[in-house]
Amino acid sequence: MGSYLPNTEQAQEEMLREIGADSFDALFAHIPEEVRVKDLNLPSGKSELEVMEELENMAEKNRRFRHIFRGAGAYNHYIPAIVGSVVGKEEFVTAYTPYQAEISQGILQSIFEYQTMICELTGMDASNASVYDGATAAAEAVAMCRERKRDRVYVSAAVNPQVLQVIKTYCYASNAVVEIIPEKNGVTDIEALRGALNETSACFYMQQPNFYGILEDADALGSIVHEAGAKFIMGCNPIALAVMKTPAECGADIAVGEGQPLGLGLAFGGPYLGFMAASSKMLRKLPGRIVGETVDRDGKRAYVLTLQAREQHIRREKASSNICSNQALCALTASVYLSAMGEEGMKQAASLCISKAHYLAAELEKAGLRPKYSQPYFHEFVTVKQGKSSKILNKLEENGILGGLMLSEDEILWCATEKNTKAEIDLAAALVKEVCEE
Amino acid sequence: MNHPTELKYSKSHEWVKFLDDKTALIGLTDYAQDALGDLVFVNLPEEGDDVRAGEAFADVESVKAVSDVFSPVSGIVAEVNEELLDAPERMNEDPYGAWLIKVENITDQEELMNAEEYIAFYESEADA
Amino acid sequence: MKLIFERGKEGQHCTLLPVCDVPVTDLKAPKRERPLHLPHVSENELSRHYTELAGQVHGVNNGFYPLGSCTMKYNPKVNEKAASLRGFTDIHPLQPKHTVQGCLEVIKRSEDMLCEITGMDAMTMQPAAGAHGEFTGLLLIKAYHDSRHDTKRRKIIVPDSAHGTNPASAAMVGYDVVSIPSGVDGCVDLDKLKEAVGEDTAGLMLTNPNTVGLFDKNILAITSIIHEAGGLAYYDGANLNAVMGIVRPGDMGFDVVHLNLHKTFSTPHGGGGPGSGPVGCKAFLQEFLPGKQVEEKEGALAFALPKHTVGNVKAFYGNFLVVVRALTYLLTLGKEGIPEAAENAVLNANYMMHKLKDIYPMAYDETCMHEFVMTLEKMKHETDVSAMDIAKALLDYGIHPPTMYFPLIVHEALMIEPTETESRETLDEVIGVFREIYDKARENPGAMHEAPVGTYVRRLDEVRAARKPVLRFAGFEK
Repeated sequence: MGSYLPNTEQAQEEMLREIGADSFDALFAHIPEEVRVKDLNLPSGKSELEVMEELENMAEKNRRFRHIFRGAGAYNHYIPAIVGSVVGKEEFVTAYTPYQAEISQGILQSIFEYQTMICELTGMDASNASVYDGATAAAEAVAMCRERKRDRVYVSAAVNPQVLQVIKTYCYASNAVVEIIPEKNGVTDIEALRGALNETSACFYMQQPNFYGILEDADALGSIVHEAGAKFIMGCNPIALAVMKTPAECGADIAVGEGQPLGLGLAFGGPYLGFMAASSKMLRKLPGRIVGETVDRDGKRAYVLTLQAREQHIRREKASSNICSNQALCALTASVYLSAMGEEGMKQAASLCISKAHYLAAELEKAGLRPKYSQPYFHEFVTVKQGKSSKILNKLEENGILGGLMLSEDEILWCATEKNTKAEIDLAAALVKEVCEE
Repeated sequence: MNHPTELKYSKSHEWVKFLDDKTALIGLTDYAQDALGDLVFVNLPEEGDDVRAGEAFADVESVKAVSDVFSPVSGIVAEVNEELLDAPERMNEDPYGAWLIKVENITDQEELMNAEEYIAFYESEADA
Repeated sequence: MKLIFERGKEGQHCTLLPVCDVPVTDLKAPKRERPLHLPHVSENELSRHYTELAGQVHGVNNGFYPLGSCTMKYNPKVNEKAASLRGFTDIHPLQPKHTVQGCLEVIKRSEDMLCEITGMDAMTMQPAAGAHGEFTGLLLIKAYHDSRHDTKRRKIIVPDSAHGTNPASAAMVGYDVVSIPSGVDGCVDLDKLKEAVGEDTAGLMLTNPNTVGLFDKNILAITSIIHEAGGLAYYDGANLNAVMGIVRPGDMGFDVVHLNLHKTFSTPHGGGGPGSGPVGCKAFLQEFLPGKQVEEKEGALAFALPKHTVGNVKAFYGNFLVVVRALTYLLTLGKEGIPEAAENAVLNANYMMHKLKDIYPMAYDETCMHEFVMTLEKMKHETDVSAMDIAKALLDYGIHPPTMYFPLIVHEALMIEPTETESRETLDEVIGVFREIYDKARENPGAMHEAPVGTYVRRLDEVRAARKPVLRFAGFEK
């Protein structure tokens, strides 16, 4: 049996005697006898060796794909070696939220640096210390925009369906109405948006690039939203932000996104990282922790959790969000990743994503998969082949390749990143060709 | 502590300066700002909003607390002191210059105290 | 310490990615025009930067961390080892189910074991943190009342000793919060509770042991008052470390619980996350759970959608790698180790309380659970030394301060939770430090306002930080 108790049984007995208790039972005397656990139906504890064996067995029941062409919200990017080394430091791993600033400058400064980098990527004025993931970031952003007289929420049909579901769940909770703006040719239907907005509209949420990988006309969407007096929220891919027009340049009031591509593993969906940045006008509505610069009593530069009166522990039921924990260690991961990559590295990663995806699309087209849309895209795109999706994906899987995400028996959503080599792409295309020619 | 005699005071520690029968400025008393400590932010209503006597119309933040500010009168917000958004310290430094809102069309008001009564009130409250 | 942006020099960088081996395609959409300022550092410079930062962080690994209500227990290294297995870290969340049987097994076994510990029938791992779990649990309550068209239930009852998250979560789910005062014994006042309930009661949120560290012995009466009024009882698992394996929320009459894997089940706090806040419920609420449930079907594990799910509260299946760590811990401790951990958490707290209460007045001087609350009100009154001053003085001894000024119903509160993973020797040392600080405060109270003096920075100007927020480095242009 494993245990992390330092005190021996003898020490425990001595301590019990010292406090005047004759047994552990005496410490729990307040608990009504009828609800005390009689027999806990759990397996007996095990040694570290046995437990590790068991976990390894479970891990081995999963299949690790060396070649991945699937994205749809979780992206397979290269993680520099330095990232794991820094993020594994025990001080960062085992600390709590940095309430005691005097002994937490390392974490506070790292969050301040993270906030700066998120502002740089998005072009926005202020960032928080992160939230749970991209989907909850979108839902929290929507909540920031709702006012007494403006409480209707609009979401493009071309966003990641999981993000839409989370926004809907949060809105169900707070009794807000969510209206979906339909898509047309893979992008938000601009005229439908124009027709839907009115003086009760709180905000519009779009994704850039959208779920199909397409780069939308964010400028135009933003203008329509602002004309109606509503707030414009953009959900962005952080790698694409290195090259595409920033949310700030598109007029966004709030920019959010899934930070997983910034050095976090696929990890069966988590932990990931929700980033959130806003214009200075919306700053006070940002949920969660925010770190600010100040000085100590000797005048030395220092960092501290600030604007705390927005938060639940002070504002209680009047707080706009209940969030306490963020994803601090994941935010640190993103900072280390961005520092290691630098401006050039980020632009190179983005360029490789675009080039590999376009090469993949071209090869797949030669193999018999027609591209569904003609709009510009980043690193994801949709192909069409009548009734072949399952067969294609099975064939790839048999050859150790995780193909794109099946949208229907006719359509597949593909993704390529800097990790996909030409040889890998050529192999996948050849296998697809075999299926198409069957 | 300074409590000008030309002002009226509420039990929830706001001051009222009537400009005429229907119009008044409202702010936090010197006693209130001292008790709240260094103020770092104020959430103000919008022009045109209704305020009601006895109900909160704003809140002020210190580093570790947030407190509601109550309106001693019922009426419509004619103006808000936007200067305070950038300089909340004015509420500490000059509580009677740092009005929060100007209310017009006043239809109702709480029972208000003069300076002498107010000082007696908060002194008795502090002893309780 | 320099900021990462103040280190290195333009031109310095790490070499990470290969040259493009396919035809280069340019972005065919509008490009960013604003510059992208990111650090220019070599790997060496980068590595040293974070080593320097890590030197200014106090983790559980650095020393005693008695932060009340946060359960800062030791984070076993085998948990980290298990969570770094590539068979977990490299799995895409949208892989076919026959390729993720191991992940599904992790989720299923964790849920089963945690259901047994809490006395619940079903569980979801989707919530990412405690507050997120509260939100999810309250959604279940809302969905339940909605399904019965019982729309008049608009109120959630919360004791005044509750953590601020409880009312904030209730508000997020559109509920009005009814705060009920605690009795003089720090527990729920049954008469006040009876007055508060009615046909508008949606539910009650409670921690037990409560936030003053006491087990509410009237718990069965409390949950039945709520049930008789037609409401549901929500258990905030923040304090489960005191009673895991000893008593189960389900047996106390609770319908919904959330757990904090990063408190009770030894997964690290990471400087403020990622955590994990699973939500368990009784069978009648299972159909409303968010996300997907793992079920056994024809000899394999598969996902199934709850019939009337409230939807997703997060993408995918929660903070999966945190769940791996918690499962590692559960398998290690097992049926014997779980209650033993709780017993020792309670013993350590009582031991410290016993050895401090002659000089530090306790808010409630009786057997406590895993934590206890002292009040510095008398000291503050007599010497102007506050709870904050005592807390800051601890920093100079390398000890993380207790939780300060919480719960709100105790004045000048310091809340101490030593956890079961501290030895008697450590506790004795810390008790010695507390007593030494007490003597210093009595001898020279003025000096206490100066503490800490030996830390990297001293007390900060928080007013300046809040009045004129500087939230990002602004020195790029120069």
